[in-house]
Amino acid sequence: MDIQDFIKNFADQFDDTDASVFTAETRFRDLEEWSSFLALAIMAMVKSEYDVALSAQEMRDAETVQDLFDTVKSHI
Amino acid sequence: MAILHYDNIGIKAIAACVPPEIEYNKDLGHFMTEEEIQKAIQNIGIEERRIAAKEVCSSDLCFKAAEKLLSDNDIDKSTIDALIFVSQTADYHQPATAPLLQHRLGLSKNTLAFDINLACSGYVYGLSTAYAYAFQQGINRVLLLVGETMSKIVSRRDKVNTPLFGDAGTATLIEKGAFGKSVFSLHSDGSGSEVMMIPDGGFRNPTTNESLVDEMDANGDVRNRLQFRMDGMAVFNFGMSEEPRDIKNLLAEAGLDLSQLDLLIYHQANKFMTDFFTKWLKFDKAKTPYSIRKFGNTSSASIPLTIVTELKNAYPERKNVILSGFGAGLSWGSVLLDLTSCRISELIEY
Repeated sequence: MDIQDFIKNFADQFDDTDASVFTAETRFRDLEEWSSFLALAIMAMVKSEYDVALSAQEMRDAETVQDLFDTVKSHI
Repeated sequence: MAILHYDNIGIKAIAACVPPEIEYNKDLGHFMTEEEIQKAIQNIGIEERRIAAKEVCSSDLCFKAAEKLLSDNDIDKSTIDALIFVSQTADYHQPATAPLLQHRLGLSKNTLAFDINLACSGYVYGLSTAYAYAFQQGINRVLLLVGETMSKIVSRRDKVNTPLFGDAGTATLIEKGAFGKSVFSLHSDGSGSEVMMIPDGGFRNPTTNESLVDEMDANGDVRNRLQFRMDGMAVFNFGMSEEPRDIKNLLAEAGLDLSQLDLLIYHQANKFMTDFFTKWLKFDKAKTPYSIRKFGNTSSASIPLTIVTELKNAYPERKNVILSGFGAGLSWGSVLLDLTSCRISELIEY
């Protein structure tokens, strides 16, 4: 599991935020486009790409893209 | 493991009734941003919903649907021996609503009648119960009435649930006949009871003055403790963890593979979520009918409502059909059945 691929997959879920904005340190909840719907889109991406069903708590606990990457990685 | 097999029990007819009042999601600008409205319309897939008038209950919508079904199919009321009402918006805490409907429909006093208190899994559970009765020698026909008026229990300042839920009532007639084989798969997980819940108003948390106090959550949604709340992320986790697996297991139990499935009719929860299940299963999206765009999520009524609105004049291949419901409880279940000879009435308005 590669962090750069994960960042790309993460960024792909956003319509209006430029992909160049995203790094491992991005605090995604602070992005203007962030919404509860995007949380579902991220969960769907994680299930599709990594076959991991993130829990609601895991989604809530993650603050950065790196946090979420680490959580997903811990399930693999 | 709750797997139930039946031979030659099936659905003879289905009817549905919706309130005439339409609420359009595009008109929710008084408390939602344009972006939130567009997400609800485009991603969750809901443009409009039906809202019951103050004096109209789930049972009223079901009553009309039942009268339509009985009339369209020339059903002698004396042949109905069981009436099952599925709803979480019943007329009263006590008595159960089913006996009221038995009396109102003019069914015999020899009819067994009771309620099932389940939400979005309710149609599949109700069908499994109806099949179990219809299988008995002493039972001719079973009338399954499934309806919900979620609009009455959702806060009007809840950006998640207001654009999601609509109201509907349905009637399904189950009987013995040349319906072939059916298989049910039913599940529960009460560890997720708080994922979808109305916390107060039962006997665990009786109604107090505090129950009526509006509370704002972290997302700015306002509701009181007598109104429905849902953790959308937890629902999504539940759905993607359990639904595709249940559908695959049901097919395996029936000795079929996905390519032999004619239709997969989901509880109309949220189009984004159920489209994801379809993609995950690698199933043909063209074989998953939706009524959600025009009627929203009508809880337990959504599967029979979808059959009425979408299968009346389309989807002629319907021999191997899966109906799959999932929701509050947590509770979920699927059934594989043959809808070839099912008679579908035109949708009516209350």
